[in-house]
Amino acid sequence: MLILGIESASSQVGCAVGGHEGVLASAHSGRGGLHAENLAPQIEFVRRQAGIELGDLGAVAVDVGPGLFTGLRVGIATALAVAYALGLPMIGVSSLDLLAFPARWTGRLVVTALDARRGELFTALFRQVPGGIQRVRDANVCTSAELVAELQALDEPMLLVGDGALRYAGAFQAIGRMELAEQGLAHPSARALVQLAHARAMREEFVRPWDLEPVYLRKPDVDINWSTRQGGS
Amino acid sequence: MAEVILGIETSCDETAAAVVAAGREVRSSVVSSQVDRHARFGGVVPEVASRAHVELIVPVVAESMVAAGAEGSDLDGVAATAGPGLIGSLLVGVSAAKALALVWDIPFVAVNHLEAHLYAALLEDPELEMPLVVLLVSGGHTLLVVMEDHGRYRLLGSTLDDAAGEAFDKVSRYLGLGYPGGPAIDELAALGDRTAYRYPRPLVQENPSTMADDRRFAFSFSGLKTAVVNHVRSDPDALTADVAASFQEAAVEVLATKLRWALESTGAPGACLGGGVAANSRLRERFGEVCDGAGVQGFLPSREMCTDNAAMVAAAGYWRLRHDGPSPLNSGADPNLGLGFLV
Repeated sequence: MLILGIESASSQVGCAVGGHEGVLASAHSGRGGLHAENLAPQIEFVRRQAGIELGDLGAVAVDVGPGLFTGLRVGIATALAVAYALGLPMIGVSSLDLLAFPARWTGRLVVTALDARRGELFTALFRQVPGGIQRVRDANVCTSAELVAELQALDEPMLLVGDGALRYAGAFQAIGRMELAEQGLAHPSARALVQLAHARAMREEFVRPWDLEPVYLRKPDVDINWSTRQGGS
Repeated sequence: MAEVILGIETSCDETAAAVVAAGREVRSSVVSSQVDRHARFGGVVPEVASRAHVELIVPVVAESMVAAGAEGSDLDGVAATAGPGLIGSLLVGVSAAKALALVWDIPFVAVNHLEAHLYAALLEDPELEMPLVVLLVSGGHTLLVVMEDHGRYRLLGSTLDDAAGEAFDKVSRYLGLGYPGGPAIDELAALGDRTAYRYPRPLVQENPSTMADDRRFAFSFSGLKTAVVNHVRSDPDALTADVAASFQEAAVEVLATKLRWALESTGAPGACLGGGVAANSRLRERFGEVCDGAGVQGFLPSREMCTDNAAMVAAAGYWRLRHDGPSPLNSGADPNLGLGFLV
C-alpha cells in the first residue's frame, strides 16, 4: 500500500511517499513560516519523483501534533482534503513518536522535546522494546525547568531529542548521563511518518478523516485583542 | 473554459463551501457558523476559529459537493479566500483548496475576501450595470468602493479606526446584549426610539464640498462608540432599547450619507451593499431611500449573501480565473491583503 505522509508540526514542513519498499520519495523544507506555500508543491514534487499518480495512494498519514498550531493545521487541512478527494483512510501519528522513531536503536531512555514557544516544550518519554520503541510517558506541555526536575528524579542514562532540547541545551546540562541528539534529528520527519504509518496500515489502524483529531495540548488563548483585530465579517 | 467552481471561505468565523456555475448559478452554498463557540468570549477568538475550521472543513466541503450533485471531475477550479482575514483561519481553507486542486488536477485560484463581497451582489443580479458604488460594511471592514469593471476597483474611502461592525459589537458588549452585536442591536433597536438621543455623526458635515476628499468618504466609528459609552455611564437609567436605536441611527446615517455623497460625486448608475452589516434592517431601509433619492439602481443582496459565504468566493474566483488565470500552488495567505485599487 502506498502512503502519502505529511508533516508540518514543527518549524519545518515535509512530505514523503512510500510503502512496503520503504520511502520512495521525500521533500523537506527547513525554512520556517512557509508551510502553506511549500507543502502543495512538495506533494506534487514527491509524486513525480516517486513516479506515481495520487490515485495510486492507499492511505494518507499526517503528523497530528503536538506542534506549532498554525503550521500543524496547514498539514492537517491538506491531508484531510487529499484523503477526502481520493476517498482514502487516514493514519494520524504523534509528532513526538516521529521524533523518537529514529532514536529506537539506543538503550537509553529517549526524551523527546519539541519547542512549543512561550518558554515551553512538548515532551514525552520512550523506551526501546524488541522491534522498536514505545512511549512510556504520555505527551505533555511543560517548561524546561519542569522537565529537568522530572528527568533528574529518574537518574538513568538518557538521550534528549528535538529542537526544544537543543534550544534549552544549557538547562539540561544539569542532568547527569544525558546526551543530546544532533540537529539532523531535531524535527519530526515525513520519512519516519511514512515508515511508522506503513506499519500501522498493515495492522489496519486507520481513522476516517472526520475522526482525525489534532493534538494541541494547550487550550486556545482567548484574550481578544480588539486593537489588532483584522479581517473577515 | 472554467465553468463550475468550488469556493471555500474560512477567513474569519464561518466555515463555508459552495459550488457555483458560470459565476452566477449557485448549485450549493453551505455555511457553518461558529458563532456559538465565540459568543461566550464576546468576539471572535482566532485560535478557537482556526481549530473549528480544521474540524469543519471536510464535512462542509463534502456537503456542498453532495448538495450540488457534483464530483471532483465535474469541477473546473477551486477558489479559496486568501485574505484579508485571520491568518490561521485563512490557511486552513487555502491549504485544503490547494490539495483538492492538486488531487482533481484543476486550477486553484486565490480570492480576495473583499472582492468576494463585491461579487455577492452580482451573483444575485448578474445584470447589474457597472460602474457600481459599493458600500462594504462588516466586522472587519468599512469601505466605499467604485467597481468600474471586473477586477477594477477605485477606493473612495475606508474607516480611519473601527469597522462599522466592530462598533456594533463593542456597543453591544457594553450594553450587555452579547455577541454578535449587529443582530442583537438591530433587534433591540426595533423596540426603541431612534430619536431619543442625538449621538455624533463622525465626519459628516452639512456641506460636504468643504471637506477634503480623504475625509469626505472616510469613516470613523470609535468616537461614536465612546459617546454611547460615556452617555450610558452618565445616565444609567437610559432605556437600553433607546440607546441601541439611537446608536444604530447615528451609525447608519453616517453610512447612508457617505453613500449619497459617493453617488453624487461619481454619477454611477448603480449602488450595492455588501458585508455582514448590510444585513442590518435600518441600513437596508436607508439604502433604498438613498438610491431612490439619487435615481440610481440599488441592489440589496439577500441577508445570506451579505454575511460570509463561499458562493461569493466561487463567483469571484470564476472571474479571477477568466481574467488572470490560476494562482500558483505555492501561494499562501495574506491577513492584510488589499483590493489592488486603481489610482
